Amino acid sequence: MKNGATNVMIGGEAGQGLVTVGEILTKSLGRSGYSVVVIQDYQSRVRGGHNTYSIRVSNKEDIFAPQESIDILVALNEETLDLHRGQLGSKAVIIADEKFAVVGKGALGVPFSQLSEAQFSNVAALGVASAVLGLAEETVAGVVSDYFGKKHPEAVEKNRQTLSKAYGWAATSKIRFQKLRPAATVRKTLVINGNDAIALGAISAGLKFYSFYPMTPSTSIGNNLAAASKKMGLVVEQAEDEIAAINMAIGASFAGVPSMVGTSGGGFALMVEGISVAAMTETPVVVVVGQRPAPATGLPTRTEQADLEFVLHAGHGEFPRAIFSPGSIGECFHLTRKAFQLAQKYQGPMFVLTDQYLGDSYQTTEPFDIEKLSAVKPWDENAPSTLPYKRFAFTQTGVSPRLIPGLTGHLVVADSDEHTEDGHITEDLSIRKKMVEKRLRKMEGIISEVIPPEMIGDDAPNTLLVTWGSAKGAVVEAAMSLRSPRRKVGVLHFSQVWPFVPEQFMPRMKNAKNVVCVEGNAFGQFARLIRRETGFHIKKKVLRYDGLPITPEYVLSELRQ
Amino acid sequence: MVTLKDYGDYETAWCPGCGNFSILKAVKQALAAAGLEPHQILFVSGIGQAAKAPHYFNTNLFNGLHGRSLPVATGAKLANTRLKVIVESGDGCNYGEGGNHFLAAVRRNIDVTLLVHNNQVYGLTKGQASPTSNEGFVTKMQPGGVQSEPFNPVVVAVVMQAGFVARGFAGEPDHLADLIKQAISHPGFSLVDILQPCVSFNKVNTFKWYKDRSYKLDAAYNPEDWGSAIKVAAEWGEKIPIGVIYRCERHVYNYRYPDPLVNTEVDKTALKQIMEKYY
Repeated sequence: MKNGATNVMIGGEAGQGLVTVGEILTKSLGRSGYSVVVIQDYQSRVRGGHNTYSIRVSNKEDIFAPQESIDILVALNEETLDLHRGQLGSKAVIIADEKFAVVGKGALGVPFSQLSEAQFSNVAALGVASAVLGLAEETVAGVVSDYFGKKHPEAVEKNRQTLSKAYGWAATSKIRFQKLRPAATVRKTLVINGNDAIALGAISAGLKFYSFYPMTPSTSIGNNLAAASKKMGLVVEQAEDEIAAINMAIGASFAGVPSMVGTSGGGFALMVEGISVAAMTETPVVVVVGQRPAPATGLPTRTEQADLEFVLHAGHGEFPRAIFSPGSIGECFHLTRKAFQLAQKYQGPMFVLTDQYLGDSYQTTEPFDIEKLSAVKPWDENAPSTLPYKRFAFTQTGVSPRLIPGLTGHLVVADSDEHTEDGHITEDLSIRKKMVEKRLRKMEGIISEVIPPEMIGDDAPNTLLVTWGSAKGAVVEAAMSLRSPRRKVGVLHFSQVWPFVPEQFMPRMKNAKNVVCVEGNAFGQFARLIRRETGFHIKKKVLRYDGLPITPEYVLSELRQ
Repeated sequence: MVTLKDYGDYETAWCPGCGNFSILKAVKQALAAAGLEPHQILFVSGIGQAAKAPHYFNTNLFNGLHGRSLPVATGAKLANTRLKVIVESGDGCNYGEGGNHFLAAVRRNIDVTLLVHNNQVYGLTKGQASPTSNEGFVTKMQPGGVQSEPFNPVVVAVVMQAGFVARGFAGEPDHLADLIKQAISHPGFSLVDILQPCVSFNKVNTFKWYKDRSYKLDAAYNPEDWGSAIKVAAEWGEKIPIGVIYRCERHVYNYRYPDPLVNTEVDKTALKQIMEKYY
């Protein structure tokens, strides 16, 4: 890799405290001014199995994706050494118990049993790793205090002592350090993952009702909102199944409250009829789909981008929708807000399409300017006061002025059957035709507010890498690597995969000599969508569908072939 | 003062002689007796002939998907606890397609009233068996007769200790109106299962069939004795009890927000504090 990033991987069994080490180290790096990109690799179990927590760190703001080669391997168990030996960079340092059979350059045999009791050995490993990286002990100790602080004050002292012993050992032993260069700028950043950002974005947009059924990788959105529910005045309800979850959100929204559901492919499959009723009753709802490998149960804890076509077509019948596909933590926050705005404005279902990698990846991000951000308004002050109120009045834009049941003397009637303007059932086919056109007319408004794809890199590139969603970071880094005075490389990233406006990007695609589509699925779904809508056939594709996130190394190695 | 007139009078899509007509009248009577104005109520219904009932009087209405009324009702109630939320639909919606939601609603004990038009058949789709059809009931879809035992929603609700469980009969409209009024004013989940003849598609469980078998529980019956309520609830066939079968006090779903959530703002200071935890 061209830039000076360091990739630290911590590996062990579930239950060894690996995530604790990872989270504390990540936060310590963030507070020291470094940029981080974290990925977690875990199996669908609570104990045992092999799990890893990887932190890629740079002293500049130049990393946007994970890295496959390892510079520091912290092995909490022996299996980790065997499984990841092949990924070690040439100057890699291995931190492992001296009891393990660790051989080779860069191997640090650490006497963990001397540094602490067995239950704190993960913190000893944290201490050694932090010392190797050159992190200030006080910074790490501060994070340890915050981490255990309120809940287990006794643990704080024990952990800090272990940390000190580990630092002490590192200082006196003959080890090779991998000290990070000082952070380029000292700035206050958040260390936050995609799901956290979605939750914050939703709350800032006015979310008040969230219903869900737990499903990896979206469960943590619900955890965040449940933790914030008392402070922010939210209702967070775990439903008996996903069908109940989507219908509850629709009921709450019908009663005027901005609502959201979060799930993954299999849970979304159960919500599909609900999407159709939200569209038919013109009820706003935001749906977050966190993708993971499928079909069926697939790989519950891994990542993929293979539900694009599913989400695009989900729901029987024809109706307008928008699908946002954030490519960064910041986009997770802002596009969730945008989804709420569109859902309220155009009165229907809007989607945020993310995945396990981005949902779980802690990255350093600029703080959000909460003060400047406004919330949505569910009802229309200008709704006509003539009786009877017609919830589905025909208008030029297709959007009918909205009153909320119970808030005024007017009655609000909505129906999943085809209906007249006042919401009652009809089988009059000429009204049917007008209602179809009314609903579809809303698409024009949605199109007028589309977020065009972002052009990154050389403006008139010979090689154009086209991508969407969370693959953004890896593709951008790969493009920067490929750029040279003779080779102009650009990236076209779609953070809104539906709708899109061809006029906004087709000239760029047509002018590039080589166009490559990079995405995490086997069909090349986005390339197919582009071809369907524009006729432009992107023949070269870089696809990944082994459950792992797309990395710059992966893109570069595929492009070389 | 609210009168029947406030609820209006509308043409229906039902067959002449349908049990739904008297149920509709009983519902309007109950709402008027409870002093509820149309805009204070939200009816949620599913799909079926019964589910059309709320279209035939003045009320707020969400007529949604087959079987999915209870979740919609739950979401709406949580969003605005001041709304009186009533689900009105058939046995197919509530005990078949929506069976899981029925169980969850009893457990959650949210303040929603469930009125079920139980005609032991699927009328709108022209005559298939429903979850409450008797064993052996013959239809075009079940020519050899239904093999499963019928679902008894009343005994299930009683066993789960739902706070208010009643059974009514379309042929006893005043009795039914009183049951509905009690159910509406009960704090927490309340069920009124309503025997309803379907003149077009159920030639077995007719008006006479129900009339011959149903008997009103009298003042001597104690609906608060769980043990005897279970036995009474389980009675079906030659004798079918109608009235309040079980009633108990139990913890009602704790609504944190007495005011409609739609009126609340985003507390930016609090949100910034949450964001600061990520530093």
